[in-house]
Amino acid sequence: MAKTVLKKPIPAASSDPKVPVTLTVNGETVTREASPRMLLSDFIRHELGLTGTHVGCEHGVCGCCTVTIDGRAGRSCLAFAVQADGAEIRTIEGVADEDGTLHPIQQAMMECHGLQCGYCTPGFVMSMLSYLEETPEPDLSEKAIREVLSGNLCRCTGYANIVKAFRRSVELMNAAAD
Amino acid sequence: MSTRQFGEPVQRNADPALLKGEGAFIDDISLPGALHAAFVRSEHARARIRSIDISAAESLPDVVAVYTADTIGALDVELPMLIPHPCITSGGKTQRPLARDDVFYAGQCIAMVVAVDRYTAEDACSVVEVAYEPLPVELDLEKAIADGAPPVHDDIPNNVAAHFVQESGDADAAFAAAEHTTTVRVRLERSTAAPMECRAVAARWDGVSGELTVWDSTQATISVRGGLASLFDIDEDRIRVIAPNVGGGFGQKIMMFHPDEILVPFAAMQLDRPVKYIEDRVENFIGASQERAQIHEISLAAKKDGTVLGLRDSFIHDTGAFIPYGIAIAQVASTSIAGPYRIPDIWVEMTLVYTPCVQVTPYRGCGRPQACFAIERALDRLADELGIDRTEIRRRNFIGPGEFPYEREGLLFADGLAVNYDSGEYEKALDLITETVDLAGFRKEQEAARAEGRYLGFGIGFYVEGTGLGPYEGGHVKVHPITGKVYVTTGLTSQGQGHETVFAQIAADQVGCDVRDVIFVEGDTQAHEWGVATFASRAAVVSGNAIHKAAVKARARIIAAAANMLETGEDSIELRDGRAWIVDGNRSVSLAEIATASNPLRYAFNEASQTATQFAPASTHDGPPLAEGQAPGIEETDYFSPSHATWAYGVHAAIVEFFPDTCGMEIKRYLCIHDCGNMINPMIVEGQVMGGIGQGIGGAFYERCAFDGNGTPLAANFMDFLMPYATEVPDAEILHMETPSPLNPLGIKGVGEAGTIPVSQVVASAMEDAFAPLGIAPVRESPMSPDMIHGLLAEAQSRR
Repeated sequence: MAKTVLKKPIPAASSDPKVPVTLTVNGETVTREASPRMLLSDFIRHELGLTGTHVGCEHGVCGCCTVTIDGRAGRSCLAFAVQADGAEIRTIEGVADEDGTLHPIQQAMMECHGLQCGYCTPGFVMSMLSYLEETPEPDLSEKAIREVLSGNLCRCTGYANIVKAFRRSVELMNAAAD
Repeated sequence: MSTRQFGEPVQRNADPALLKGEGAFIDDISLPGALHAAFVRSEHARARIRSIDISAAESLPDVVAVYTADTIGALDVELPMLIPHPCITSGGKTQRPLARDDVFYAGQCIAMVVAVDRYTAEDACSVVEVAYEPLPVELDLEKAIADGAPPVHDDIPNNVAAHFVQESGDADAAFAAAEHTTTVRVRLERSTAAPMECRAVAARWDGVSGELTVWDSTQATISVRGGLASLFDIDEDRIRVIAPNVGGGFGQKIMMFHPDEILVPFAAMQLDRPVKYIEDRVENFIGASQERAQIHEISLAAKKDGTVLGLRDSFIHDTGAFIPYGIAIAQVASTSIAGPYRIPDIWVEMTLVYTPCVQVTPYRGCGRPQACFAIERALDRLADELGIDRTEIRRRNFIGPGEFPYEREGLLFADGLAVNYDSGEYEKALDLITETVDLAGFRKEQEAARAEGRYLGFGIGFYVEGTGLGPYEGGHVKVHPITGKVYVTTGLTSQGQGHETVFAQIAADQVGCDVRDVIFVEGDTQAHEWGVATFASRAAVVSGNAIHKAAVKARARIIAAAANMLETGEDSIELRDGRAWIVDGNRSVSLAEIATASNPLRYAFNEASQTATQFAPASTHDGPPLAEGQAPGIEETDYFSPSHATWAYGVHAAIVEFFPDTCGMEIKRYLCIHDCGNMINPMIVEGQVMGGIGQGIGGAFYERCAFDGNGTPLAANFMDFLMPYATEVPDAEILHMETPSPLNPLGIKGVGEAGTIPVSQVVASAMEDAFAPLGIAPVRESPMSPDMIHGLLAEAQSRR
């Protein structure tokens, strides 16, 4: 089939009106122009190129897109980028050390085989990170851990190894703090 | 000797990148200048399209193109019938990329918009005007095959897509000889894989070189390439299909082609720009393959002692509006129907039915959960009727360890070959689970609970799983001369099963290197172009053995070259730590040096390579630098084609509390005995099994692809389709048995689907046991639900 001859040139970008959005992500303050209807998840992924934050449902149910917003875990698919103007965002790319050494939560997830396809994994890590950073003495009962993890869906693991990784994270974080 | 890596719980090579957010799922791949596609989808299950008006969409400033069936040229055809079978009515119906004249399910693609971004593309979809003339539908499988039912396809009266009977032995004789017969009717509804990453495809066309690159979240890159070459009439060497990181597949991504897999490459070629389509969650629920709906009527012919002599099963299978995957799911169900039981005489009839719903293609388990639910429910019933314990009746019917190979002559499995169980220790597995669960102890606990008005039940389910089907896969092993790393490829794809680790273990054992020094590549037709795909719990068996065979050959070459370099006999060489050593000596050469020396060089790039150039002392020999018949370097390829499927099995049991007030349930204990032959990596095996159990629990009690009477999907997001969270899935106690398969060099069987298979049976069996004092009717449906429990309790009360 012959190639399509376009009636009009392809625009370089959408003609949506844009507003500047300034936020701090993983310690760097950045400004980008964004359409007011752009989701924070899309802004993080496509404007900032931080594609470790995944999108699994765009309904706020699956938790794949979890980042921390001003220190608290939040769904980046349920916020517009403009709503995060001025906020401090942390994504999965800002969790390991600069030299690539895994954070204790990441290390624990690897040791406990807490991930398979890895798509939901950044969301789980961010949920755990936010909880463990604000909870110095977490309740390590099975029920309590599962409650903490119940904002994130995983289709591969059946969760058991993520629960184990949660406990192991606490051990590793405590050991690192000693 | 090096420590053997096979059998060790080696941590995964894939994990660090995934944990740091450095994975490359399709939407993570940056394609500068990419345009974005979105689809206009049918709002009706069955309708005539009166008109499609795309003018408003085309006039939007950021819209580049709007395609309908009229503007996709040669692609406006029915898509391939992937697995034809003579029993399929009129050859079978497959869908067109974009609907022409008719729509056959709500969610079917009617038009594709390509725009500068997804937001704009969706804006444009919302202003495409489609005028429909809705047609009557019938979603009930039994009513759909009755005379006068509204047809899904005008030329297929009674909606029968296929009809097939398989027989082994003489079921009529068995029923004539029976002392007792029992008949059970079970019904399973639709479910869906719901991978966390929805489907996705991106394409880039290079008009100068005529090369098409397609990134597809598929389980079958090589097969997708073949299909694209055929549909686009392009030479296969000009098409590269890559499945990068894929966020779960569970069978949904084995189906090809979902329309976008063709239309996105088409648009990229037409528009000379990269194009991306990232399916969203709603689209995954309405437009991607589903599975599971079947109705079985199964009868058992037995002796009074519980010995089952014969089995008849007649079942209806919902294939959806199209049947691209042929009868595969129904065929797997029909051949798994006798489970681990001897049952010599079998008659099984399948009727596949068109329904005005999205097509049915395999979802993890692929007919096995349905077959397991039917036979296990029937066996529980038979035990109850004969007054035999439910575990005891299974014991009396198991195929014994001395009876293998056990062929069910006349039954053909999904690979077209006879059902032939290769090995197993079924009774031992049952003993292990009943001992571990302490059934006698539980009965006391159950009694005490009942005295307090609490309802605990014990459920059990046994399954077999034909795994590791052909036709074949390949393995390629090469030692990199510069780095000494071992490069391994195969034609599969991974959706998180840890291929990169288990295949590295297999290769590392032969070439004597660290698992982390194996570079493993799959899911890229340019890296490995012969093979089939990842499906049917076959990857470890088929590619694993192919890689093993290639690595054995590579090992022989390494040893021969090293013996030459170290001036010793081949018997005096051992491989470990990435080097070849003289046994009991301290002299060694590295894999890099061996690979370099095995490749006669003109140019030296580093110190090691100087030894391989023409004027180096080591090159003094007669004849050409590369002897006749010799290949350069250390590189080997081999293939494994199994003689037939290898049959894994297992038994699950659970103790479940059911709550009459809320009609909910809580799984107190979940046990699994599993046997997949020799385990390459027990950590990964357990991960696969536990994941399957989690998915099975979802399918047993929480998830349901419901439709209203008009065929409109009612559960098209995670708020209505209740995939379980960590709060619903308990930790399972998983115990392994390892009965090697005699059918392949590594003695392995598949494990991918195992965990999902018996879970509905286990929950149903536990529910009956728990509510036995209330006299509930038998549980015959999956998924179960609070509604169902409420109904069972109310009905029982009305009879009291």
